[in-house]
Amino acid sequence: MTSEPSRRPPAAWLPHPRLALLLAVLWLLLQNRFTVGGLLIGLVLGVVVAHATRSFWPQRPHIRAWGKVFAYLLRVFRDILVANLVVARLILFRPAARLEPCWIVVPLDLQWPEAIAVFAGTITLTPGTVSCDLSADRRSLLVHCLDAPDPEAMVRVLKERYEAPLKEIFE
Amino acid sequence: MIETLGELVVSLLIVAGSGFTLVGSIGLVKLPDLMTRLHAPTKATTAGVGGVLLASMIHVVVRSGEVSAHELLIALFLFLTAPISAHFLAKAYLHLHRERERNFPPACHGRDWTLLDEPGEELPREDRPQPPPRV
Repeated sequence: MTSEPSRRPPAAWLPHPRLALLLAVLWLLLQNRFTVGGLLIGLVLGVVVAHATRSFWPQRPHIRAWGKVFAYLLRVFRDILVANLVVARLILFRPAARLEPCWIVVPLDLQWPEAIAVFAGTITLTPGTVSCDLSADRRSLLVHCLDAPDPEAMVRVLKERYEAPLKEIFE
Repeated sequence: MIETLGELVVSLLIVAGSGFTLVGSIGLVKLPDLMTRLHAPTKATTAGVGGVLLASMIHVVVRSGEVSAHELLIALFLFLTAPISAHFLAKAYLHLHRERERNFPPACHGRDWTLLDEPGEELPREDRPQPPPRV
């Protein structure tokens, strides 16, 4: 873990406080109602699970701009809807032989593993593109497109619409 | 009045959601190979399931006035797992057909795709990617 003078080092029993809190909230949502007992069990679960899985999260993802997280989510939801309509039209009205599927390589500016994971997940969730592999040096992403007559424009769109805001959020 | 309106919205959402799921299944049948077919299920889980879940939430609110959180959780878990399973399917396929599917472009910097590594081959420690230092 990198040492930062401005931030307290994480307590050994609570390596990821936000993860623990998130798990507690998830537990309450699973119960579908709020009770004090439920909250306590959720908090205990959150602390235990976060502690048990700490070796998978050697570092804490650092989110710089929370306001931009919501803007990003809204944009992704909108794009999922629009892209669904586009792909539905492709499937229904375009003969399979006239689709232009292709591979594209997205050079990555993002360096944090968490940010790359969110970027790759976003690419897969927006229909029409599936992220398939990462290069061994984590600097390029292999993406399959269902129909991309202009692969370079596709790379540009992905980088501008998703990678740029993620870079502001994470780095 | 509110109830009729609610039922109308719920029905519309169910029809839209199942429509997207149907289109996803049609795509699964119609598209020619695994890589293009992979695009169909990612669509069914996003718009299709999303529509039905939204309908379910609205239905519960209109019927009993309570807010149900389970649908949010289902959506969250689906949105977390769908890209991962799609990624695994694509990787498994590419590993199985490495020779036939070698038409993808090379990576743009020094090291190539992890797909092309030999099994058991491990990067020397100094070559492993390191996260940048915090600023």
